[in-house]
Amino acid sequence: MSVADIQIEKDLHHDGHDDHHEQSFISKYIFSTDHKTIAKQFLITGIFWALIGGGLSVIFRLQLGFPDMELYWLKPLLGKWITAEGKIDSEFYLALVTMHGTIMVFFVLTAGLSGTFANFLIPLQIGARDMASGFMNMLSYWFFFVSGVIMFISFFLETGPASGGWTVYPPLSALPQAIQGSGAGMTMWLVSMVFFIASTLLGGINYITTIINMRTEGMSFTRLPLTVWALFLTAILGLLSFPVLVAAALLLVFDRSFGTSFYLSDIYIGGEALPHIGGSPILYQHLFWFLGHPEVYIVILPALGITSEIISTNSRKPIFGYRAMIGSMLAIGFLSFIVWAHHMFVTGLNPFLGSIFMFLTLIIAVPSAVKAFNYITTLWRGNIKFTTAMLFSIGLVSFFISGGLTGIFLGNSALDINLHDTYFVVAHFHLVMGSAAFFGMLAGVYHWFPKMFGRMMDERLGSIHFWLTFVGVYLVFFPLHYIGIAGFPRRYYSFTSFDAFQTFTDLNSFVSIAAALTFFAQFIFLFNFFYSIFAGRKASLNPWKSNTLEWTTPRLPGHGNWPGAIPKVFRWAYDYSKPGAKDDFIPQTVPLSETPESNLPNEVEEAKAEAKK
Amino acid sequence: MLNLIIVIAVVLILAILVTVFRVITLVNVAKGEGSKSVPPTNRINALLLMLFLIAGLFGFFYFSFGGLQDDFVLPLASEHGAVTDRLFWITMGITCFVFIVTQIFLFGFAYKYQHKEGNKADFYPHNNKLEVIWTAIPAIVLALLIVSGWKAWSDITGKAPDNAEVIEVMGYQFSWSVRYPGADKSLGDSDFQKMDVTNSMGIDFTDQASFDDFIPTQLVLPKGRPVLLKIRAKDVIHSVFQPHFRMQMNAVPGMPTRFWFVPTKTTEEMREETGNPDFNYELVCNKICGYGHFGMKYSILVLEADEYDQWYADQQAWLKLNDDYLSEVPDNLKEAARIAAGIDNVISVDKADKALVSN
Repeated sequence: MSVADIQIEKDLHHDGHDDHHEQSFISKYIFSTDHKTIAKQFLITGIFWALIGGGLSVIFRLQLGFPDMELYWLKPLLGKWITAEGKIDSEFYLALVTMHGTIMVFFVLTAGLSGTFANFLIPLQIGARDMASGFMNMLSYWFFFVSGVIMFISFFLETGPASGGWTVYPPLSALPQAIQGSGAGMTMWLVSMVFFIASTLLGGINYITTIINMRTEGMSFTRLPLTVWALFLTAILGLLSFPVLVAAALLLVFDRSFGTSFYLSDIYIGGEALPHIGGSPILYQHLFWFLGHPEVYIVILPALGITSEIISTNSRKPIFGYRAMIGSMLAIGFLSFIVWAHHMFVTGLNPFLGSIFMFLTLIIAVPSAVKAFNYITTLWRGNIKFTTAMLFSIGLVSFFISGGLTGIFLGNSALDINLHDTYFVVAHFHLVMGSAAFFGMLAGVYHWFPKMFGRMMDERLGSIHFWLTFVGVYLVFFPLHYIGIAGFPRRYYSFTSFDAFQTFTDLNSFVSIAAALTFFAQFIFLFNFFYSIFAGRKASLNPWKSNTLEWTTPRLPGHGNWPGAIPKVFRWAYDYSKPGAKDDFIPQTVPLSETPESNLPNEVEEAKAEAKK
Repeated sequence: MLNLIIVIAVVLILAILVTVFRVITLVNVAKGEGSKSVPPTNRINALLLMLFLIAGLFGFFYFSFGGLQDDFVLPLASEHGAVTDRLFWITMGITCFVFIVTQIFLFGFAYKYQHKEGNKADFYPHNNKLEVIWTAIPAIVLALLIVSGWKAWSDITGKAPDNAEVIEVMGYQFSWSVRYPGADKSLGDSDFQKMDVTNSMGIDFTDQASFDDFIPTQLVLPKGRPVLLKIRAKDVIHSVFQPHFRMQMNAVPGMPTRFWFVPTKTTEEMREETGNPDFNYELVCNKICGYGHFGMKYSILVLEADEYDQWYADQQAWLKLNDDYLSEVPDNLKEAARIAAGIDNVISVDKADKALVSN
């Protein structure tokens, strides 16, 4: 740790003597190795993809909510995918849901969320000049960029983008005869995902190395802010699970292009029996969900970390149960690797395995519950400031509870029989993972915007954005529970074919309207975001009166983050409203020896030891 | 021209909005709002959170207890469904309780402890006793749910009773085929390499058991008798889903699956219960399978057991309807095939069946 520090400090002094040797535009803003710039690159790219992913959902919600609507006006955008009758092509509908899922899960909530906040917060909050390897960090972004470019191009293929669902189960994803999107679109999906995984691994290795090796003096693991803990565990989960997706994808590439039979067997399609024998489509599902389940925690943990920080700061209270929070994240992280088959209860999995996975799955509800209780208790007897970030964090906790509770139904294999692949599942994961993680991301942007751009976002517009989005999300996803209990299957282009699904047409229209309004409310955020970058009110150094290290940097931290020496850390990040203290916060950089009036009995000894040094 | 005017209008409106926003911002700057540490919207947001809680809970109760136009609980028509439904509503009770209580605390605390000048938050970093309690209680409740779920799950997925009616269901893009074992109550082998346009299920006629198998145009089930569905797929993964039976199992190419259950209401009885004279059970595909996924259905008819037996006896063997396929039967079995399928026989089908029974 110290070795790395010293070398970097030397570099910095060297920089200092040169007095801002000018970087070219390209090395400063494009191929930058500065973690703050890379974070902003991830954020802007994530916002771009969120708009596309959200836009796709509005298009397919039009089809679901208004099956009779004529959509000729979408022809300039969708071209031949609008049929002669003015309807969305039913195969393109599947492409829409597939790309919506892929983009949201991977590009927005993994890269956009982890990429942004791990890059931005880890060095700033642990007191490091930059990431362990700035170059790898840069590569991480550019691999993600390439992956996005490939995915984007696949929209313009003659046969359309991948359309077998975001989980791309073979044989559907392996056979272009079965669905057009499994042609070139699927090839590009797989190539894009390999680049994406490379990006995640490059980033993850960096986050882990940086957190372990480059913490400033005094920043022990038990003093790390919960954001850093969450990002640390997220990176570990990603590092252990994403390679398995590469393996799954590679075998799928072999099956698709080189005639192997890893996933294919006994298939008669297009008037011929295929030569594949002995493969198992279930093997793919095991491999996929071995990533896929940790992935949902990769998505939600950073959001929970961000929320911990924001709720504590704005309640002006220490986060309740700091150690329990870490413990529950460790438990969630560990358990997330051994619950994957709960996605497969009705695939013909051995029923005994089903029992085991039900048991493990329901256990994971315990640490999740602990986290929710701890957030609520942090609010209790606080002195709460409803900044926009705080509102989004409270919204996150609400979604996390609402969506988490329905997981208790789905994790129960006996109940999953009837609920599997219905809208109940759609409601469940959109609340607990989709919307909650999305709210974590927005909360993070509102909270750290002053540090990113040196200016404040407008709080009034922020509040309006929050209320429209929060109410909108509940209006979209809560009704889906009812539709799901009624047995409506997901990924259905239309419900007209079945007598059993002739109901709830009004409710479906309602959901679609709510979805469109929620989507358009995001433009308030976009305006606020871009306007404030250039013309927002200038931020003070510590606008939220927060304890963590990033607020000890200059308003616009330069390369190396702190102009002088890296600050030392003397206490945990949550000394808010400590009895006896004159302010309601004590930054981590304030030694215990300087605050004798507020030290707790167990800190008195520490303060003495400190003073002797 | 009209388009141009619309574009200009939109641009102007946006420009006005931005200007208004700019003016409001500057006024607030002049008022010195920026120096305040509490957001200007603090009180109103606290109030809105409270309102949201009240309106949200009201909406939740209203729509869950009859406020919706349609009923979201489908009538139940299987034995195991009674068990899973009970478990579902128990889980619903527990989760709704937790849902309501936690949301009340979340929004209630947010409202109650909103910033007030001069107030100081309580330094309350942890309470081990509290944390042990709220770790233990969910653990116990979940353990109970696990045990009851486990029991239900092993009963449902356990071995089918020996007297179960065995029926084969095969999914393909974008419909279903069903095959019954015929008089010998034993399904013949099948092989995907034997599939063609006519023999779409790939029945293997070198297996004696296949001679009397029949393929009707709908799935007919007996009420009150265990039914074992042997499920397979022809091309991609499909899923055999029937919400009234609370039944679902994927159809996987290359890996036969199964699901057994007992239907408890005939189609006729369901028509009376739902008050819908056109009610029919439908087999739903519930795994994404291509452009026709949303229309992949098959009709199901549930009959009283004796009606079912009558219907069963009336069916003609597939081989009889497609006697070209006799050529696939090995020579030494041809005669047996003729008899079992009821082909080329002056005796009526009924008598052939009786002859088989006496064998």
